[in-house]
Amino acid sequence: MTGLNISEVAVFAILAIIAISAALGMLLSNNSVYSALFLVVNFGVVATFYVILGAPFIAMAQVTVYAGAIMVLFLFVIMLLGAERIQKSRHDLPWQRPMSIVLIALLLTVTFYVVVNQNDSGPLLSQNLTSYGSPSAVGQLLFQEYILPFEVTSILLLAAMIGVVVLTGVTKRRRRARRSRRL
Amino acid sequence: MLSIIIEALIKSVLVAFVLLTAFAYLTFAERKIAALMQVRRGPNRVGPWGLLQPAADGIKLIFKEEFTPAGADKTLFFLAPILTMIPALVIVAVIPVGPDVEMFGRTIRLGISDLNVGLLYILAIASIAVYGIVLAGWSSANKYALLGGLRASAQMISYEIALGLSIMGPVMLAGTLSLQGIVLAQQSSTWYVVWQPLGAMIFLVAGLAELNRAPFDMPEAEQELTAGYFTEYSGMKFSLFFMGEYIKMVAVSAIATTLFFGGYLGPFINEFPWLGIFYFAGKTMAFLFLMIWIRLTLPRLRYDQLMAFGWKILLPLALFNVVITATGIVLFN
Repeated sequence: MTGLNISEVAVFAILAIIAISAALGMLLSNNSVYSALFLVVNFGVVATFYVILGAPFIAMAQVTVYAGAIMVLFLFVIMLLGAERIQKSRHDLPWQRPMSIVLIALLLTVTFYVVVNQNDSGPLLSQNLTSYGSPSAVGQLLFQEYILPFEVTSILLLAAMIGVVVLTGVTKRRRRARRSRRL
Repeated sequence: MLSIIIEALIKSVLVAFVLLTAFAYLTFAERKIAALMQVRRGPNRVGPWGLLQPAADGIKLIFKEEFTPAGADKTLFFLAPILTMIPALVIVAVIPVGPDVEMFGRTIRLGISDLNVGLLYILAIASIAVYGIVLAGWSSANKYALLGGLRASAQMISYEIALGLSIMGPVMLAGTLSLQGIVLAQQSSTWYVVWQPLGAMIFLVAGLAELNRAPFDMPEAEQELTAGYFTEYSGMKFSLFFMGEYIKMVAVSAIATTLFFGGYLGPFINEFPWLGIFYFAGKTMAFLFLMIWIRLTLPRLRYDQLMAFGWKILLPLALFNVVITATGIVLFN
């Protein structure tokens, strides 16, 4: 354990407690608006972790995309539908609860395995740690080393975008149908 | 280490003080300018030329009754004004208001911080600024307020994209995301509004929409939604919303100045670095005047026009601007 001092551990501990409480709050809250807000807090804390780890670019992207864009849309939909209160309905999926237990067990096993088998080789890349997470470094990696996965991801997003346009777009036929209905 | 913390603290307190004063006198300036343009006298009773009017308004608002509606969600109703106010204050942390100066035997940066992801920081804060408004609308348990909150979230999400794309122009030209870097790059070339006229215009329009200022003030359209998301608010909570909006106006003007109009640059800046503050304040005030002018001139857009304009005109234009800028840089560099 090199390079750890008391203040770093203290900051980490405080942030970790906030992150875990926010995650629990999200799961246990009955009101879905509060659930969404707890998730925003959680994203914010994770972004702070990125800053501490020397990756400001990822941190800002995390806040902009997840806390800022996606969660605002979540809130928008919750409020638009008035779906704040969760009620027990007969449409609950019966296999969800056992499935979640299986998945939690799997996650804990993997985490345990990683923690036990980690090789403590000290801090990686200590010489260029300051520039490692900078925007230009991330850009270089994305557009040179990982250009293929990057482009594949962008095509995936494009497909999703076109899908939305096709599903919601008003076609000529539909417009005519609407007009005839009005008459 | 301690001296750095003390320096940052002093600067933060100063910035907060300046912003709050700016808020007070911006409301006064808006009323005076409106009066001037509509051939009225405007506030002129409190103090000489009505100059103490903001203080009188503040005292009045402090002593007003704070009312919480019966069906309101108490926690969020209380939190929403604070959540609107905080992003407005913290967003200016990365804006440089002058070059480095020597004081007390040390070099002091005129600006709280200079992040290497400064512009992304601004985008990040701008993107979480919508929460206060949306939550205010939802927690009030009022149909008008809820509609205002919904409109605000849809509008701010839509215009954020054009805003983000419009600031890519200066970033590409300067080759850095740091605001200090962008200002210094403009010193060696020229103001970026010369190279980026379209980008600057898109930034201003999208910025006005992000602020919910006229002609984009759909979330608080008086004739349709009484007062939109802050219908149920009164007293200090109401004035926090007001403060948030006006401080955001200052912030957007300051960012536009930094990105497109050379920030604190001006004649004799190298000989007298303190002049930078005055140049910066002057340019920011010019933008504030422009915003007030626009509000007094243009009528409000209809909601569907607003959405269509954002997605079908502004966003393609912003994308086009990015492509043109990139092509130009590749060709002429």
